[in-house]
Amino acid sequence: MSQQQSETVTVWYDEEPFQVPAGRTLLVALEEVGIGFIRSIGCRGGVCGACTILYRISSEHELRVGLMCQEQVEEGMRVMPLPYFPQKKARHDLEVDVDESPDYRIRRLYPEVSRCIMCGECTRLCPMEIDVMSYVGMIKSGDLKGAAKESFTCIQCQACALRCPAQISQPNAALISRRLLGRCTIPRAEHLTRTMERMEEPRLQQAFRRVRRMSEDDLRALYQRREREPNEAPPGTWLPENQSLI
Amino acid sequence: MTELNPMELPDSFRDSLRMLERSRRERVAAVRRGESFPLLSLPDRQAWLEEFHPDYRYDQRRRLRIGPSKGEAVPLELAELLESWPRSSTLALLNDDAPQHDIETDVLVIGGGGAGAAAAITAAEAGAHVLIATKLRFGDSNTLMAEGGIQVADQECDSPILHFLDAMGGGHFTNDPELVERLVSDGPEVLRWLEEIGVLFDKYPTGRMMVRHGGGTSRKRLHSAGDVTGLEMMRVIRDQAENDPRISVMNFCAAVELLTDDNGRVSGAVLERLVKKDTVVVRAKAVIVATGGLGRLHLQDFPTSNHYGATADGLVMAYRAGLPLRDLKHSQYHPTGIAFPEQKLGLLITEKFRGLGAQLINRHGDEFVNSLEPRDVTTAAIIRECQEYENGVETPSGGQGIWLDIPMIDLLHGRGTIEREFPGRFTEFLSKGVDLRTMPLLAYPTLHYQNGGVTIHGDGMTDMPGLYAAGEVTGGVHGNNRLMGNALLEILVFGRRAGRSAAEFAKSHGASKGLGLSHLESFMRRLEELNVDRSRTAPVLLPSYGEVKPL
Repeated sequence: MSQQQSETVTVWYDEEPFQVPAGRTLLVALEEVGIGFIRSIGCRGGVCGACTILYRISSEHELRVGLMCQEQVEEGMRVMPLPYFPQKKARHDLEVDVDESPDYRIRRLYPEVSRCIMCGECTRLCPMEIDVMSYVGMIKSGDLKGAAKESFTCIQCQACALRCPAQISQPNAALISRRLLGRCTIPRAEHLTRTMERMEEPRLQQAFRRVRRMSEDDLRALYQRREREPNEAPPGTWLPENQSLI
Repeated sequence: MTELNPMELPDSFRDSLRMLERSRRERVAAVRRGESFPLLSLPDRQAWLEEFHPDYRYDQRRRLRIGPSKGEAVPLELAELLESWPRSSTLALLNDDAPQHDIETDVLVIGGGGAGAAAAITAAEAGAHVLIATKLRFGDSNTLMAEGGIQVADQECDSPILHFLDAMGGGHFTNDPELVERLVSDGPEVLRWLEEIGVLFDKYPTGRMMVRHGGGTSRKRLHSAGDVTGLEMMRVIRDQAENDPRISVMNFCAAVELLTDDNGRVSGAVLERLVKKDTVVVRAKAVIVATGGLGRLHLQDFPTSNHYGATADGLVMAYRAGLPLRDLKHSQYHPTGIAFPEQKLGLLITEKFRGLGAQLINRHGDEFVNSLEPRDVTTAAIIRECQEYENGVETPSGGQGIWLDIPMIDLLHGRGTIEREFPGRFTEFLSKGVDLRTMPLLAYPTLHYQNGGVTIHGDGMTDMPGLYAAGEVTGGVHGNNRLMGNALLEILVFGRRAGRSAAEFAKSHGASKGLGLSHLESFMRRLEELNVDRSRTAPVLLPSYGEVKPL
C-alpha cells in the first residue's frame, strides 16, 4: 500500500491519456490530476449512478461497466463516461383499472419485457451485482414481489438497458413494479390509519397545547422524565406508565 | 479489481491489528458479563466537547460583517462565501436596466433533492406550473444517500408530543418549537403518502411498519427501507414528479442569484447552464429554495459524507437577498466516517454497527470511550484520542483513524449477524477485498449535516414575499443538533408545505412587477467598503478538486 503513493498508471478518459496515482478510485485519481467534473459525478458513494462508465482494459477483450467513485484505477483502462442514456419511461398515474392486475398493468406499460432473449448481458454488466435478467423474468411472469426484492438496490445507472438486445428499459420497469407492489399488493399499515384518527382527538390536541405552553424548565423536566421503550418490546404492545402524552 | 490483501497492509496497521485482536476476546467477555465502558458525566462531556469538538474551535469561526445576520459567528469557510461578490453572470445583468426573462413559470424550485421534488409535486397538485432547476441531475442529492431511516410517531405507545420532546431535547432546546410542531404533526400523513405512492418500507406481513430506535429517541419510530431508505424514497418521488405533466426539469442548471421586483417580492432567479455555459433568466410568481447543505465546503478540512453539490449555494443567494440565517455555528460531524480503505474516505459507517456492539479501539487495542455516547461526544472523543494522546492509527496517506471493531458483532450475536444485518455494506466491502467479518475498519469523524440555515416560518415562508425554503438549507427545525431520521421527515414535511404555499401565493398574487437586482445594492456597497477582493465570488457551485472542466 505505502509504495502505491508514488506509483502511477495510465488511464484514458474520454480518449485522453492521463498518468494517475495508483491505489485510488478513478474519480479521485482523475481529480488529482486536474479534472474538475461537472457531469458524470454525484454522490461519490456508489448510490446515485451518475458516474457510470463503460471501460476496457487495453489488453483484454471484456467490456465492463463500473462507477467511477467505486472502481480502482488499473493500467490501460479506457474509460467512456455515460452521463445520460435515453431510456424508455412509460408515463403512468399509478392507477390500475378495476379489471386489471398490477402485474398485467406493468406488462402493458413495458411489453418489451416479454422479448427478453435471456442473453444475460444485463446481469453481467450490473455494477450493483443485481441479477437483472432474473427480475425481468419475474416481471414477465407476474412475480412482482420477487422482482422488487431482486431489484431493490438498483441505482438506475442504465448500464443494463444500454446493451439489451431486446431494448428493454429494465430500471424503469423495475421501478414501476416496486411502486405498484407497494401501492396495490402489500397491505396498508392499519396502525397508521388508527394513528391518523387518534391525532384528531381533542384530548391529544389539548395535551400538545399544554406542552407547547410550558416554560423551558418544565419542558426540560418533562424531557428528562420520558420513559424509554425497551429495545426488545414486541411491536405495538408496550405502553408507558404515564399515558397522558400518547 | 485490485484486491486488498491484508498481508500488504502497512506495518503500523499490522502491529496495531494484532493488539486489537489480542484484546478482543477479553472485550467480548466483558460485554457478555454486562460490563461496558463507563459513560461520561455531564460535566466531562461538556469539557471534552469544548476542548475537542470542531464546533468549539473559536479560531475556526468569525462574525459576519455584512448582511441581515451581521454579528453572528459562522464557520470561516462559510463567512468567506457569504461575504463574496456575485458571479459574473449576475454582474452582467446589473448593467441591464430591465433584464428580460428567457423562461416563465408559476413556481420555480431551486434544487432537485428530496425537498425540491416534494415541493414540486405538491405545488403541481395545487395547480401550478413548476420548473425544477437543479445543478446536477434531478435526484442527485444527500437525500438518496440517507441510510438510516425516517422518524414518524405512528406506534401505539408514541405520539407527536413525544416526538416533539425528543427533537427539542436532541437540539438542546434551541429549535423553533413552531417548526418542530409542524414536523412531528405531519409525520403520519407523510408516511401514508409515501406508502400510497409505493415506497417499500420494511413491513411485517400484516402491513405493520417495522420500527427501531435511533440516537435520542424515547420510542421506536425509525422506519427504513433496507439500508437504502433515502435511495428508495428519492427514486419514487422523482418518478412521481417526472410523471406529472405540470412539472418540468432543467438538469445541470445552477441558480446563482435571486431576482426581485420593485416591491421587494421575489420575481425569479438567474441560472447558469453548466454544460452550455450560458445564463438563463427565469421569471416566477413564487420561488422555493431547496438547495441542501454545505458539506463540500470541507469545514476545517474535514472529509465529508455529502454529495458533490453540497456547496451552500442557497445560503449565499438567500443571505444576499436579505434573509437572516440561524444555528450555523454547529455542524453535525458524524463520528464514524471511513478513514480506511481510503477510496471511501469520509463516507459513513452507520451508527447501527455500534448499536450492535462494535467498539471504538485505539492503536494499542484499548477501548477509550463508550461507543454509544451521543454523536457529538463520540466525535470529540475520537479527535481527543488521536490528537491529544496520539493513539490514532496512521493511514497510508498520512491521515488518522480509530478502529471500529466490526468483527466483534459476530462474536457477540453469532456467526452470520454482520452479513444479515448489513447486506448492502457487507457485499460492497467484500467486493473491494475487505471482509467485515474479520477486518475492522478505520474511522474518523466526517462532516455530515448542516444543522442551521435560512430562517423560515410555518409553511417554509421566508421574510421575502413569494420566497420559500425547505430542507437542509433552512434552520430552526433541528436547532443546533439534529436527531437521526428527522432530516428525511423534514424534507417531505416542509417541502410539501412550501410547495402548497408557493402555489397558493402564485395564484393569489399573480405576476410580479419586474425583474431586478436592487436587493444587491447595499450589500455590494458594504463589500466595497470592506475592500473584499473582486475575485472572491459565490456561490461556488462545485468543489474545486480539479481545474480542467470536461463535459
